[in-house]
Amino acid sequence: MTREITGAQSLIHSLEAVGADVVFGIPGGAILPAYDPLYDSTRVRHILVRHEQGAGHAAEGYAQATGRVGVCMATSGPGATNLVTSIADAYMDSVPMVAITGQVPSAAIGTDAFQEADICGITLPITKHNFLVQSVDDIPRTIAEAFHLAGTGRPGPVLVDLPKDILQSVTSVLPHEIWPPTLDLPGYRPIIRPHSKQVREAAKLISASRRPVLYIGGGVLRARAAAELRTLAELTGIPVVTTLMARGAFPDSHPQHLGMPGMHGSVAAVTALQKADLLITLGARFDDRVTGRLSSFAPHAAVIHADIDPAEIGKNRTADVPIVGDCREVINELIAALAAEPRPDLEGWWRTLDGWRRTYPLGYDLPDDGSLAPQHVIERLGRISGPETIFAAGVGQHQMWAAQFISYENPYTWLNSGGAGTMGFAVPAAMGAKVGRPDATVWAIDGDGCFQMTNQELATCALEGIPIKVAIINNGSLGMVRQWQTLFYDKRYSNTELGTHPASPRTGVKRVPDFVRLAEALGCVGLRCDSAAEVDATIEKAMAIDDASVVVDFVVHPDAMVWPMVAAGASNDDIRVARDLAPDFDYSGDVEVNL
Amino acid sequence: MTRHTLSVLVENKPGVLARVSGLFSRRGFNIESLAVGPTEHPDVSRMTIVVAVEDLPLEQVTKQLNKLVNVLKIVEMDTSVSVQRELMLIKVRAEASARSQVLETVTLFRAKVVDVAPDAVTIEATGTRDKLDALIRMLEPFGIRELVQSGMVALGRGARSITDRSLRAVDRSA
Repeated sequence: MTREITGAQSLIHSLEAVGADVVFGIPGGAILPAYDPLYDSTRVRHILVRHEQGAGHAAEGYAQATGRVGVCMATSGPGATNLVTSIADAYMDSVPMVAITGQVPSAAIGTDAFQEADICGITLPITKHNFLVQSVDDIPRTIAEAFHLAGTGRPGPVLVDLPKDILQSVTSVLPHEIWPPTLDLPGYRPIIRPHSKQVREAAKLISASRRPVLYIGGGVLRARAAAELRTLAELTGIPVVTTLMARGAFPDSHPQHLGMPGMHGSVAAVTALQKADLLITLGARFDDRVTGRLSSFAPHAAVIHADIDPAEIGKNRTADVPIVGDCREVINELIAALAAEPRPDLEGWWRTLDGWRRTYPLGYDLPDDGSLAPQHVIERLGRISGPETIFAAGVGQHQMWAAQFISYENPYTWLNSGGAGTMGFAVPAAMGAKVGRPDATVWAIDGDGCFQMTNQELATCALEGIPIKVAIINNGSLGMVRQWQTLFYDKRYSNTELGTHPASPRTGVKRVPDFVRLAEALGCVGLRCDSAAEVDATIEKAMAIDDASVVVDFVVHPDAMVWPMVAAGASNDDIRVARDLAPDFDYSGDVEVNL
Repeated sequence: MTRHTLSVLVENKPGVLARVSGLFSRRGFNIESLAVGPTEHPDVSRMTIVVAVEDLPLEQVTKQLNKLVNVLKIVEMDTSVSVQRELMLIKVRAEASARSQVLETVTLFRAKVVDVAPDAVTIEATGTRDKLDALIRMLEPFGIRELVQSGMVALGRGARSITDRSLRAVDRSA
């Protein structure tokens, strides 16, 4: 007699076979059959989250911290649509993720059935690929294909939609017997090895350059090429900038690191790109937040652009030497090709760069009224918790300060929502990272606005034994929007006041919500700090708690701003180190920068 | 803007047309015509897409198309080395007084009358875009009642086939 299993069992057995050890999700009607065999699985841990968006961001945090494919699961209709934000986030930041959704029974598809949504149609533009499974026999192959697509080439989210009747019907295709199934993806052929002629061409340009910059993007982290990058940088002596998505790909303490480029980048990093004669672009995509006004970005530079996605090359900036390939392969081949070329002479370039670094270091002013500077809090968090700590940020001012004032020494220690800019990313992403890396200390650095979007996952953390730490940089407002209102809207603070400060100037109400009491209600330890003198002791107190999640309400000055800044749509040449304060580049007199 | 004709081989699976057409619209490209049907291989469909776009954005949209998992191959059909044809059905008013003139136009364009009614005829015509546009201009004075066009289809000239290698990939995976 042949053994038969249900589609639901086939799904869970396939997840086991593909090596998924954690699924973040919430059950519901259409996905219900899958949760029965999941109840018995000893190899797949299901973490019951409080909102599907949290499931998606947790899967992203897990994936970014471990390099493995993150998995989230939801039911049909609203369950699936609640995943949409995190799927879009994973798409923008190339995060390997598989989303599994229940769907109404096949016969009901297209009838506006209860909890029906065309989630394949909805996620078409925000997934690398998606599947509507139409036969129970196809489940193992589809799961294998989904994980393969999500994790190889340019990583990204893949959605698998499973109608309820498919989960309930039976099949004699047993995943454990046929694993690995033969993939049927004739149109999917990611290019991993770079073209050797292009690499030789790049090596020649590098060798002949006088003002080169290694412009490093998140692709270097996705390719797990941080060690190779360091070898390349040290071999050539070329300065390195790491984008928001690449923080940690090159140690911040390394003397060749100029910091982060872009809208809130360091003067040295932004200006190095502007004055460069060669950009060696590895796994970066000339995003508008890096380039500023594209037509005036790095106007004197030839461009070597290496990316695993051919569509990124030439999309925003024409490449003089395009290289399609995996960043690790590209860097290794470059290192080999450079052995035959003389090392570039960068002495004058470094004199100029060091001058910019000395003159315009990152910094901040302490508030006059003795209140807490948010940058100080974040700087101390980085120092006290150390370089092995994983930081997950929300989106806004606190995210930029966390990118600027923490020294990232190791890859995969900085998780954020770069492309999509999804507020509320931090808490669930930190939870996912902690699940994937239980031995690491994981801090979420969150804003008072972001925190109110996804803090319910702290209940998940409390009940599932996932102790994370959350630093709320509480400035009482939607700080980044408020900063733009200060700079560009004549200080008219329309709808940015949140009332989370001790005394809200607009409403007069104090602390709604009270984050300490909210933390306690969610099963966490709640702490508060509102003076510089208490910062270190509060952080140390939070670090000492390892059996529960900790939330620290850092009540900071409401008017602190993120500097330097290149205004949206402006040229990077117009960077401001503070309001109305432009750097003076005449200073760089003694070098051969003839521009 | 220049008009380009793309031949796109895709897996014959549900939803592929939506993936392709959606990609054009969300990347900001207007499709002038799109024709799709099965090929000599049952697992492969062929789309012929005409877009008016400059060379650089065309390269970008082609690369984005290539990233779709169900897309097997994309070839641009240069007009000088390919045969491009479109099918059109036109219903024209043709009362007894005008009928002979209408039929004369049909003959001149080597078109065919495929349906006749007392006061109208339906004409089938194939050809290049230019020829069909000329036919429409000639028939307009009589009164065009209804018009439908298939969209451009194209094949490269000579013995070579763009499907050979792509089909081998499909066969291997099957």
